[in-house]
Amino acid sequence: MTRFTAWNVFWQGMTGQKGWSRQWRDPEPKAHYDVVIVGGGLHGLATAYYLAKAHGLRNIAVLEKGWIGGGNAGRNTTIVRSNYAQPGNREFYEHSLQLWENLSHELNYNVMFSQRSHIALLHSPGAIDAAARNYNTMRLTGTPDTEIWDLSKLKRAVPHLNYAPDARFPIMGAAVQKRAGTARHDAVAWGYARAADALGVDIIQNCKVDGIARGGGRITALETSRGRITAGKVAFAVAGSTSLLWQMAGLGRLPIESHKLQAFVSEPLKPLLDQVVVFGMGGAHFYISQSDKGGMVFGGDLDWYKSYAQRGNLPIVQDVAEAAMSVLPCLGRVKLLRHWSGVVDMSMDGSHFICKTPLDNLYLNAGWNYGGFKASPASGWWFADLIANDRPAPMIAPFDLKRFERGVQIDERGAGPDCKLHG
Amino acid sequence: MLRIACPFCGTRDHSEFSYGGDGSVTYPALDAPMQDWHDAVFLRDNICGRQVETWQHVHGCRMWLMVERDTMTHEIFSVRPAHPGLAGALEAAE
Amino acid sequence: MSARRLDAGGRIDRTCPVSFRWDGLTYHGFNGDTLASALMANGQTVLGRSFKYHRPRGIMSAGVEESGAIVSVGAGARQEPNVKATMQELYDGLEARGQNAWPNVHFDLGAVNGLFGRFFSAGFYYKTFMGLPPFEWGRGTGLWMQYEKLIRKAAGMGAASRDADPDAYDHTHAFCDILVVGSGPAGLNAALTAAEAGRDVMLVEQDFELGGDYLNDPAAEAERAEMVAAVGRAGVRILTRTTAFGLYDCGVAGLVERVTDHLAAPDPHLPRQRFWTVRASATVLATGALERSVAFAGNDRPGVMTASAARSYLNRFGILPGQRVVIATTNDSAYGVAADLAAAGGEVTLADARDEVTSAPAGVAMRPGLAPLSTVGRRGVQGVRLATRSGNGWSQAAHEECDLLLVSGGWSPVVNLSSHRGAKPIWNGDLACFLAGPTDEPIHMAGSADGVWNREDCAASGVAAARRAMGEVVEAPAPGGWVRPIQPVYEVRLPGTKAKAFVDPQHDVIGDDVRLAHQEGFVSVEHLKRYTTLGMATDQGKMGNVIGLALMAEALGREVPAVGTTRFRPPYTPVAIGALAGRNVAGHFKPLRRTPLHDWNLRHGATMTEAGLWQRTWYFARAGETITEAYIREAATVRQTVGVCDVSSLGKIAVQGPDAAEFLNRVYTNAFAKLPIGKARYGIMLRDDGIVMDDGTTWRLGEADFLMTTTTTNAGRVMVWLEELLQTRWPYLRVHVTSVTDRWAGVSVAGPKARETIAACLELGTDISTEALPFMGVAPVTLKGGVKGLIARISFSGEQAYELYVPADQGEEMMDLLWPATEKLGGCLYGLEALGALRIEKGHVTGAELDGRMTIDDAGLGKMASSKKPYIGAALRQRPELTRADRPRLVGIFPKDRSQTFNGGALLCAKGRVSGFGEGWVTAVTHSPALGHWIGLGYIAGGHEAWAGKSVTAADPVRRGNVEVEIVSPHMFDPEGVRMHG
Repeated sequence: MTRFTAWNVFWQGMTGQKGWSRQWRDPEPKAHYDVVIVGGGLHGLATAYYLAKAHGLRNIAVLEKGWIGGGNAGRNTTIVRSNYAQPGNREFYEHSLQLWENLSHELNYNVMFSQRSHIALLHSPGAIDAAARNYNTMRLTGTPDTEIWDLSKLKRAVPHLNYAPDARFPIMGAAVQKRAGTARHDAVAWGYARAADALGVDIIQNCKVDGIARGGGRITALETSRGRITAGKVAFAVAGSTSLLWQMAGLGRLPIESHKLQAFVSEPLKPLLDQVVVFGMGGAHFYISQSDKGGMVFGGDLDWYKSYAQRGNLPIVQDVAEAAMSVLPCLGRVKLLRHWSGVVDMSMDGSHFICKTPLDNLYLNAGWNYGGFKASPASGWWFADLIANDRPAPMIAPFDLKRFERGVQIDERGAGPDCKLHG
Repeated sequence: MLRIACPFCGTRDHSEFSYGGDGSVTYPALDAPMQDWHDAVFLRDNICGRQVETWQHVHGCRMWLMVERDTMTHEIFSVRPAHPGLAGALEAAE
Repeated sequence: MSARRLDAGGRIDRTCPVSFRWDGLTYHGFNGDTLASALMANGQTVLGRSFKYHRPRGIMSAGVEESGAIVSVGAGARQEPNVKATMQELYDGLEARGQNAWPNVHFDLGAVNGLFGRFFSAGFYYKTFMGLPPFEWGRGTGLWMQYEKLIRKAAGMGAASRDADPDAYDHTHAFCDILVVGSGPAGLNAALTAAEAGRDVMLVEQDFELGGDYLNDPAAEAERAEMVAAVGRAGVRILTRTTAFGLYDCGVAGLVERVTDHLAAPDPHLPRQRFWTVRASATVLATGALERSVAFAGNDRPGVMTASAARSYLNRFGILPGQRVVIATTNDSAYGVAADLAAAGGEVTLADARDEVTSAPAGVAMRPGLAPLSTVGRRGVQGVRLATRSGNGWSQAAHEECDLLLVSGGWSPVVNLSSHRGAKPIWNGDLACFLAGPTDEPIHMAGSADGVWNREDCAASGVAAARRAMGEVVEAPAPGGWVRPIQPVYEVRLPGTKAKAFVDPQHDVIGDDVRLAHQEGFVSVEHLKRYTTLGMATDQGKMGNVIGLALMAEALGREVPAVGTTRFRPPYTPVAIGALAGRNVAGHFKPLRRTPLHDWNLRHGATMTEAGLWQRTWYFARAGETITEAYIREAATVRQTVGVCDVSSLGKIAVQGPDAAEFLNRVYTNAFAKLPIGKARYGIMLRDDGIVMDDGTTWRLGEADFLMTTTTTNAGRVMVWLEELLQTRWPYLRVHVTSVTDRWAGVSVAGPKARETIAACLELGTDISTEALPFMGVAPVTLKGGVKGLIARISFSGEQAYELYVPADQGEEMMDLLWPATEKLGGCLYGLEALGALRIEKGHVTGAELDGRMTIDDAGLGKMASSKKPYIGAALRQRPELTRADRPRLVGIFPKDRSQTFNGGALLCAKGRVSGFGEGWVTAVTHSPALGHWIGLGYIAGGHEAWAGKSVTAADPVRRGNVEVEIVSPHMFDPEGVRMHG
């Protein structure tokens, strides 16, 4: 494998780009693997990488029904932040952010993590106090880059927000995480794939799991579109389709519903917004940043009704455009280039699952709600740890399927057991 | 945009309605054991395909409806009042 | 390119000259021109710079697929970037500029990028910019962030204004039986057929004239005019300058109508654009086809365009776009173009890459078997090298001088809209294009959008599509229609050569990029697209996608269908965000809810604050007062005399029916069955999961008649919840709920003189003494002057207090009675801030404490959970983690040094252990006039008993820093409630 360096970019440029090889192989599936990870998205690929890298496993396959990174890996709005405040989430997302900070070097793949600041707008004294509680928690739990900004500081940083006093929700300040930002989503999938492949992981695309054979409280084999594969351990990382696979394994119901979340990108523009800006007020939700290519990348709420379809509907398009105009009124003449939708696992408390399952050799990674992209490095890290050691580390101990029976709901919004409310 | 045929108001944009959730859930008696409540409140079939779900015509007649819909194609097969008495009365009137 | 305007011909109005500005200079065109045609007629060839290499670009097409002439239009707050000059109608005073260039499109320093092109291959940026070159030393993101600044500046296309868009946009709605998209021969015939059959038809055309391909053929003008008149007569609703940009579920289409973008001085009452939501029973897509180019070296040079574009400039805009013209084709469609150009005086050479060719039109030199290999020229094309097939590749065969090179690599039917519906495009090898795949939805393709090339067949195809849309089963003309089949050519190059042959000119994706993607394993179409950015530009790959797929197929040694195609995403062409937002912006972004007393409050000095969608009184500052001074005075006045506060926004729900008491008994944790008529009771309702949902008082007005109050922010949610319970879970309960929030204007009158104040306003003889109206008593009352209302003796402030409700439209009458009485007793008006102070002193909870995560025990209200009856949430509130003794409990907080203050949102930590999640947090802080110092409410593990005498730090590192505090009972003032009951 040719290392990715400026020197090699130069040298390959001089010599006709002939030295670049496949970034990951296209192997035929073997009959048996020690670990089979179902789902070639960010979480599955990251898990494979850390299993190989940190736990020394080599006989690993990632099965992907389509093309790697073709699901939510490539459908999100690329925001990376760790401003979660609930115990469990807090430590997990902070660890993820720390992994993000060195991910390009770790993978030798520029994932373009741009720590450009994440600015959450605040519109009432109560909202400022609530944000302060979260950001104080972050400060005291090892996240020093948090600030509450007053209006004058915010105006200096982002002069073209809607500061009109007659705005529907006048801005009073902002909660800021400086190490947060955006990354190049596809690059993360490819980077993990390339690095995992280099460690011997078989990434098998166009390989759909059609059946799951069980025996003795274990999964004995996976029937796939590319043949029968047996595995020592099986790991599901198929957010959006988790329930389908779970039921295929005969395991019944989960505290998860599949919903669709739309994302939007404008035509490319010269730099217009240097940070991630987030708005949430009056029942509206909106987040926006600008990609390095110049497109304004933004999104809002779920389409509200359960769906497995990767296409959005007009009411949310309008809602999001309204929020866009209300936050950045200069966007009126900026044109929407594309909008699309991803199917996300919405869980009953808005938090994820990385846990063992009723089957001895089956492990579950699911329920990422809105948070899957930013979570992916830590998700892979801890899922690999769980699979390799067959026990949850304290970091992920809260994120099991039994937590609701215990009375633990890791609910950042306080929205209660209604999947669609956890955006 | 989904178009939902409200039995009381006629066919309307889904933006007039709010989605409730899985219409197949039966909630246990108030004094039922914790596990029954846990299962009803937290666990979902999450069907890919035809499911029965609740919607409320929140910007219309405010009636709760049982909608049979495909969660992949979004095709709607039937809409009836969630209230069994009203559903029965409408059926009888037909 | 030496384009010149002809003296006659075309659809422009030569009697109506128009002046416009391009890059600061004034030019002239005519009514009926596009910006592109006017610039072409004025000899402007370089109109833009490309995305990556900053190569000069000219006009490449005459339509939405334009990839070269992308400009900025307008100035100041009305500056619109990334406008396709081919789609911008010319008007007097139009101001346009080149973009993505410095100092200008003619001389652009960014063109230096072109020199480094060999390094800027597909995805090169994933391979570097991580650390210190040349070996990417280092950690973290620091160096990348520096590179990123430069990359961001270089990227992007046009610049957006940073000022608010001053224009308005409208939303409108429509219904129809049949929506016809596109008004060419197929669309007009479809619309006419359906309308004549009595259907309600809408016809949508993105152009400013109806006719589609008719417009490019003067000989068809009579037929076009006849059809246009006929659809008008048939009652078809016609929208021009309107793009159907997306198809959605259940026959819904999104359209955007450009209402004033073509007007020099639009009526200020008109919106700039109008967004239509159309609900159609069936849709006919007569969206035409787009001609694509061929990848060869220099195929992006100004002076290279599609063949059909030249026909459009000639026949529609009266411009001969070049004098010496080479047309390179792979199919029959360019022959007509050749004939027209020759007839108009061009010296035309037609190179047909096919093995067998048709005979040349009159006056056209025929060069069979040749395909374009490369262009030569500096600013514009001056000649083209042609190649002939040799084995599996090509070899150079000829050179032709020219000032215009027209290319027809084939045609791509516009299947985007059907793809929005999930109909997978299917490759048709005979026609070398994708056709719309089957769908169960009532969507019908017509004309060249269905691969039908001949005009007569297109007309028939339109008729057939309309009849299918009406439910008939009819045969439609089969796709095709060329005399000789297309022999597709996607790329022409000599083996072993390196040259920039553009596949997607907008994103500067070249053939070698596709091959590199293949070499690196990005072979699926989704990977190809993402790795090379092919088809991700503003035209969404309208011209380049098919070429890219074909090159990938070639690299794989497979056929195009094996590579697949991407799903097209809405919008078909980019849509202004302003149009999508419509009028729901600025102050109209979300509904604004005002109480019936809103105006009265403002007249009496209120400052308002946001509470969900409501605006509520925040404080009533007197001259010179700060907010703090104001609320402290207000709260102190309430404790000393009396205060009046608008509480109209509290949710009010009439719960009525024989089973109403039973219903409330299930909804609330505490018992309501035996609540006497004329009494109110404070209740708490839980969610199914046992967490507190809302609280409020419910008043029993009659045996079967209750009035429930909720918090302001939860009113809607509680109403929906009650309706859900009654209609889905307990349909047998005979209860009806009605939201009556808007029916009432309500005030809280609180303070030692509350009774006196109210008594002065009631009809003489009304007895509201403690005996007649005890604590939690409810009664109907009549105000002086006859206004009838309800009074309840309820206290949130801890004072002797009443809530008084009258019909909303009589609210001001009530205030005009109350306020003088209040003033007379030395009372005041108070707002939410003072209300907060009063309730914090008393330890009463609000949304800050009941944040959707707390149990009834956490909030210190566990005694309100009945053990004698079941209720919603009873089962799940008993889960183990929710019943632990070390759960957070509501507490009061005093600063150790009473002169100090602290902040809501601070974390409560054991002194000396200010780290981690702390032991609790502060929910609300106020200055307590009653206690004379700052106090707070909050939660801490185990409650105040566990922290008695211990030192606690309120840590607020993001704002105030650390403050030492004491934990006390949440009932910080008058814990026995003497004043309240007094």
